[in-house]
Amino acid sequence: MYEFSYHKSASVDGAVEAMNKAEDGKFVAGGQTMLPTMKHRLAAPSDIIDLGGIAELVGITVEGDSINIGAMTTHAAVAASGDVQTMIPMLAKLAGNIGDPAVRNRGTIGGSIANNDPAADYPAAVLALGATVKTNKREIAGDDFFTGMFETALADDELITSVSFPKPTAAAYMKFENPASRYAIVGVCVAKTDDGIRVAVTGATPCVHRGKQLEEALKGEFSSAACVGVDVPEDQMNADIHASAEYRAHLVKVMTKRAVDACT
Amino acid sequence: MVENGIGASVRRKEDKRFLIGKGNYTDDINVAAQTHAYFVRSPHAHATINSIDTGEAMASTGVVAVLTGDDLAADGIGPLICGVTVTSDDGEPHRAPAHPALAQGKVNYVGDHVAIVIAETLAQARDAAEKVDIDYGVLPAVTDTGSAADEGQQQIHEVAPNNMCFNWPFGEKDAVEAAFASAHKISTLDLVNNRMVTNPMEPRAALGEYNEGTEEITLHLTTQNPHVHRLVLSAFNNLAPEHKLRVVGPDVGGGFGAKIFVYAEELVVGWACRKVKRPVKWTSDRTEAFLSDAHGRDHVATAEMAMDENGKFLAMRVMTQANLGAYLSTFATMVPSYLYAFLLAGQYTTPLIYSEVKAVFTNTAPVDACRGAGRPEATYLVERLVDVAAADMGLDPAEIRRRNFIPVDAFPYQTPVVQCYDSGDYEAALDKAMAMADYDSFSARADEARTRGKRRGIGLSSYVEACGIAPSAAVGQLGAGVGLWESAQVRFNPTGNVQVFTGAHSHGQGHETTFAQLVTEQLGVPFENIEVIHGDTAKTQFGMGTYGSRSLAVGGVAIAKACEKLIAKGKKIAAHALEAAEGDIEFADGNFSVAGTDKAMNIAEVAFTAYVPHSYPEGLEPGFDENAFFDPLNFSFPAGTHICEVEVDPETGVVEIVKYTAVDDFGKLVNPMIVEGQVHGGIVHGVGQALLEGCRYDSEGQLITASYMDYAMPRADNVPSFDVDYAPTNPPHNPLGVKGCGEAGAIGAPPAVINAISNALGIKHIDMPATPENVWRAAQTAALG
Repeated sequence: MYEFSYHKSASVDGAVEAMNKAEDGKFVAGGQTMLPTMKHRLAAPSDIIDLGGIAELVGITVEGDSINIGAMTTHAAVAASGDVQTMIPMLAKLAGNIGDPAVRNRGTIGGSIANNDPAADYPAAVLALGATVKTNKREIAGDDFFTGMFETALADDELITSVSFPKPTAAAYMKFENPASRYAIVGVCVAKTDDGIRVAVTGATPCVHRGKQLEEALKGEFSSAACVGVDVPEDQMNADIHASAEYRAHLVKVMTKRAVDACT
Repeated sequence: MVENGIGASVRRKEDKRFLIGKGNYTDDINVAAQTHAYFVRSPHAHATINSIDTGEAMASTGVVAVLTGDDLAADGIGPLICGVTVTSDDGEPHRAPAHPALAQGKVNYVGDHVAIVIAETLAQARDAAEKVDIDYGVLPAVTDTGSAADEGQQQIHEVAPNNMCFNWPFGEKDAVEAAFASAHKISTLDLVNNRMVTNPMEPRAALGEYNEGTEEITLHLTTQNPHVHRLVLSAFNNLAPEHKLRVVGPDVGGGFGAKIFVYAEELVVGWACRKVKRPVKWTSDRTEAFLSDAHGRDHVATAEMAMDENGKFLAMRVMTQANLGAYLSTFATMVPSYLYAFLLAGQYTTPLIYSEVKAVFTNTAPVDACRGAGRPEATYLVERLVDVAAADMGLDPAEIRRRNFIPVDAFPYQTPVVQCYDSGDYEAALDKAMAMADYDSFSARADEARTRGKRRGIGLSSYVEACGIAPSAAVGQLGAGVGLWESAQVRFNPTGNVQVFTGAHSHGQGHETTFAQLVTEQLGVPFENIEVIHGDTAKTQFGMGTYGSRSLAVGGVAIAKACEKLIAKGKKIAAHALEAAEGDIEFADGNFSVAGTDKAMNIAEVAFTAYVPHSYPEGLEPGFDENAFFDPLNFSFPAGTHICEVEVDPETGVVEIVKYTAVDDFGKLVNPMIVEGQVHGGIVHGVGQALLEGCRYDSEGQLITASYMDYAMPRADNVPSFDVDYAPTNPPHNPLGVKGCGEAGAIGAPPAVINAISNALGIKHIDMPATPENVWRAAQTAALG
């Protein structure tokens, strides 16, 4: 780890102010990606602005047919939340299977989606459920939030304050885990929502995306059989030592089928 | 049975300190004025070093010293050595390139050591390390085992043409060819034994202290064998004379072989602490561990079996290419030669075996012993080939094994590959394992699985291993530079409690418990009054350390022999005190008694008398403290049958192990709970190799599995609850009747798993690790997906 200046603020405004003063600052939420990266000397921010002291960013509230999850709420808290388990059981299960207990007790939903790791789980839920990402400046639709590998619609001085998930009619997330890291080689989240059937795919491509052709097929008939004929193009898939593009494309279909089965 | 004696599942004494955080690992030790070291390592797999500029690093904040290979050479330190000679087919010893502890003009793998930076803090050392300016001339890299010796390959070492370390033929080639020529059937198999990173939980570490007054170096190391480290560092690396070097292996968090060897960092830290006259501490981070711990396995082989019309094995031929990495690690040459080819008979009566091992250099980390060391490679090859042979002959895998087992009445059994197995009952283990695994009703389970879209498979592995490592004369004939006995000292204190000094070393095995059980059994001293001491050359007599499942089979016997000497001496003391003839003294349950009387004396009283010899046998030395050494007459030969049952999801390629049965012959069990733990750990290690672990370099020699993000270690949810039992036989040459259990699981498991997957998919073979994608592809090919 290289030297850096450390700031901890008790308010969103204070954190943003510290960021604006920093030469090359970084917000740190749970630090589950940022800190290992810094320890490996792969990142060298001039300033770290710790969001851990901002009480208003923590907590889960039910707002009508939606659940609003504060950005600094840990995966463990989401997994254990009775409200989440009741309204969107898929989301509680997804959170409860991120990383390991240490990660789940430090890592946060805001940190995860702001980082937008191509193999992270939460982005698939945000997209498939049609969630709204709330920031200190605005509200961003889930569909507009994830813009590329490790890229989001957030401005440099913009902080996620919470994520609002509308309750789906049914939803399921199927994750094919990397045997080493347990990140998603392919993760598919299927949801029946007021907005129709939504399929989000993580792990397979450089950025989480909607599986539009799968959605089309499922609109006709919501069954795993409907996915069989869908073409999942290999040329857009990631490829690494754990899974080739061909295998990932295959897994997208298999995980979609299994998620659909789990919804019905 | 004596309370807490042999056969009791006593809870481990050592666990209290580990569980309450009071373990004392090398990295836990901090001393006054300590400095911190960081190694500058090569980012290139193969390069010349045109220049090294340490100026900016030296001027960096907190830096105490920056030392390079030139400094090391100027002081005459090193090079590192390989302690076992293998004679190549040209009659010459294996090619042994110079192995400097800090590179001299050339680097040969990513992670190779170039310089050491010593600073007041680790962060300062790392900062300065980035400022060491090295001009490399990058060369093409050789990383692939199978093609490393091919014509036209980049040469790595001048002394090793074609990157060959040795070509070692063994066996009666002509007779084997003749048997093949007249065989009813020949089964052939090409396979890869995948490279593994050993991955002990505690990374390697070294802390060197130099005392200017006594001119003594104390090195705390993560070592499995402190005396071997001291011997090699003294006698071969010129670090310091043996009597001026103390090596301490305090609590060590796992070894699995990787902490046997003398590494560059250890020698350099020992040398540097004297040079800078400050203690120097180095602890490997996990990335460094991946890059620079000795790796394991890495063979490419072709195996052939010739059979008669009944499936009886007539002859076997094995061609192996083994990757030794960039340099020879301490015991590298021994692993793919003697520890491998001499096990190729397996449990079978195959009368003729011919093996050729070509060992090659590549631009990868050195390869050496990893749990099992050579024996897992041999067992995997034999047990896979036997399954292929069974399929070729249309026989059940159990049946072909039975037809070829060495029968129980044939022991001692001389194999065609040197080893003479002393004892075993292979059929008994197979029968028991098949019953436990419900082998005969497997097809019903397979049918049921098909209704769920799954494919079930069952796989056998009937392994034998040679451990104890072993008679000194035998290993000496084979070219080992050391003897391989073990030592013990059993010392009574005047108050009657006992300190046991062993030359073995515990890095997780539970010796402090098991060895105390031996002593309580033999001497009748309460278990809690016995302390086992190991791991410090200043405390224990010379000893060979722990590897090759040898601690109990060799070191345990040395303890027993020391106890026998104490009993013999105690009889003299008791006879004098009880006014009886020595021949009338009996010893049982901790008491010396006069036969046929109620006159008796506890061993604690005898010990007190020996230290306060006011009334004492004439001419007898005072004191109650005995040394013993044990050099066994043979290796020991644990064996057994493991049965793995898997369920494959052909749609994803995911393999689930649904049932795993192990029936082992370890001879007598001293602590069944500890043995079962070793069996569990060994199986998980083997399952890791079979399903998950694959160390991979790219063509430029970059290690692409250099962290747990990419190198898959087995976890609890990768394995089921194991069914473990035993089918013991008595090893006649081992006075305790024990055989060793630490490596068996890692040896037995890989072929059991792969045989099960091959069975599930109805395919001939799939290489390890059988990753989901590879299994999925195999299922596609077999038209199951």
